[in-house]
Amino acid sequence: MSVNGTGYEHDVEPRTLLVQHLRDNMGLTGTHVGCDTSSCGACTIIANGETVKSCTLLAVQCEGAEIKTIEGMATNGKLHPIQESFREHHGLQCGFCTPGMVLSSWQLLERNPKPSETEIRHAIEGNFCRCTGYHNIVKAVQDAANKG
Amino acid sequence: MIPVSFDYKRANSVSDAISLLQQHGENAKILAGGHSLVPTMKLRLATPETLIDIGGIMELKYIEDKGDYLAIGSGTTHCMVESSDLIQQKAPGLSQAAAQIGDVQVRNRGTIGGVLAHSDPQADYPGVVLALDATIVAQGSGGERTIAASDYFTGLWETALTEGEILTEIRIPTDSANANSCYLKFPQPASRYPYVGCAVAMSASGGSCSDVRVGLSGVGEFAFRDSGVEDSIRGQTLNESSIASASAKAAQGRSVLSDVFVSEEYRRAMAQVYTKRALTQLS
Repeated sequence: MSVNGTGYEHDVEPRTLLVQHLRDNMGLTGTHVGCDTSSCGACTIIANGETVKSCTLLAVQCEGAEIKTIEGMATNGKLHPIQESFREHHGLQCGFCTPGMVLSSWQLLERNPKPSETEIRHAIEGNFCRCTGYHNIVKAVQDAANKG
Repeated sequence: MIPVSFDYKRANSVSDAISLLQQHGENAKILAGGHSLVPTMKLRLATPETLIDIGGIMELKYIEDKGDYLAIGSGTTHCMVESSDLIQQKAPGLSQAAAQIGDVQVRNRGTIGGVLAHSDPQADYPGVVLALDATIVAQGSGGERTIAASDYFTGLWETALTEGEILTEIRIPTDSANANSCYLKFPQPASRYPYVGCAVAMSASGGSCSDVRVGLSGVGEFAFRDSGVEDSIRGQTLNESSIASASAKAAQGRSVLSDVFVSEEYRRAMAQVYTKRALTQLS
């Protein structure tokens, strides 16, 4: 599979979850494990252009896939515009949900570049912020949309 | 949480998957999107010896207009169903159901065939395919056969699919009732599974109901057509009182699920409320 633009070949046990593979085998710990039951969205990554929960995918299901994790969002040390908006609007409190939130926001803006507030809240339904900091997250997504 | 060890096989075509199923027998499971099976395996409630992954079979991902019916490949994701103009026009109830499943990430990955083969009592699609009078197409080593949705759900987690068969297509008739269909649900606030999911397809002319089909998900051990409601409203003038008396029959005579969140009594009451709302919306 390719991860953040680089091709890798690994042998993995079939039962290895994608999130384990990314974190434990590849050291990409920006993808978090929250609930481990496909509810919280902390483990969200992009596979072939679609956000998915990597705790509910087997690594072997992603053979040949193009994977992008939060580590792949910035380019040449420059934050992705969505990350920049999260920083500007303080779209995080403890930061645990942030990688998943950023990637879900990316998916939303890719499909709907000018979302309403309701559409933003609907689109991040699969990502929980246990600090309940949704207000600034929504502001950050709106800002990223306006700049886009 | 990590599943018990298993052997993983990737099928490159439907015939490949069928022969792998034959080869590995009853200890093999089909893996489609994996959003029901993988969580079940992580909890070790399911421990298949072999997984046959059909997720990469592109020939199972399609939505086509066949004239009399829409053909939907079993590998079609909820996201594809939700965003299909064709389904929005010809069977809006199905796209409404798809749009309310789980969340974006789940809809990107989960498939319509996977949901129907899994037959979770609290899934959204089962009630919808009943209301839309869909046909389920299955393929096995003996060839292809079709199963009416009304014969398909046979029990808790049970369907009419037999060992060695793979669900390949869902056919939705393009009749006037399906063009006037809707799906309303009372979701569990965290999981989004329906406590009650009500799908209705209705033909109405001159203010009266000429034909109607009602499917309920989440209410009983498996989804069912509610003939009590249908018989009560069919042929009637659509007004507040006819809708109220028809919806009062929802789930009547049926055994209804009960859990820590929603009692049997409350679920039954909500089945009536959501049936009433759905009938009103289509009138």
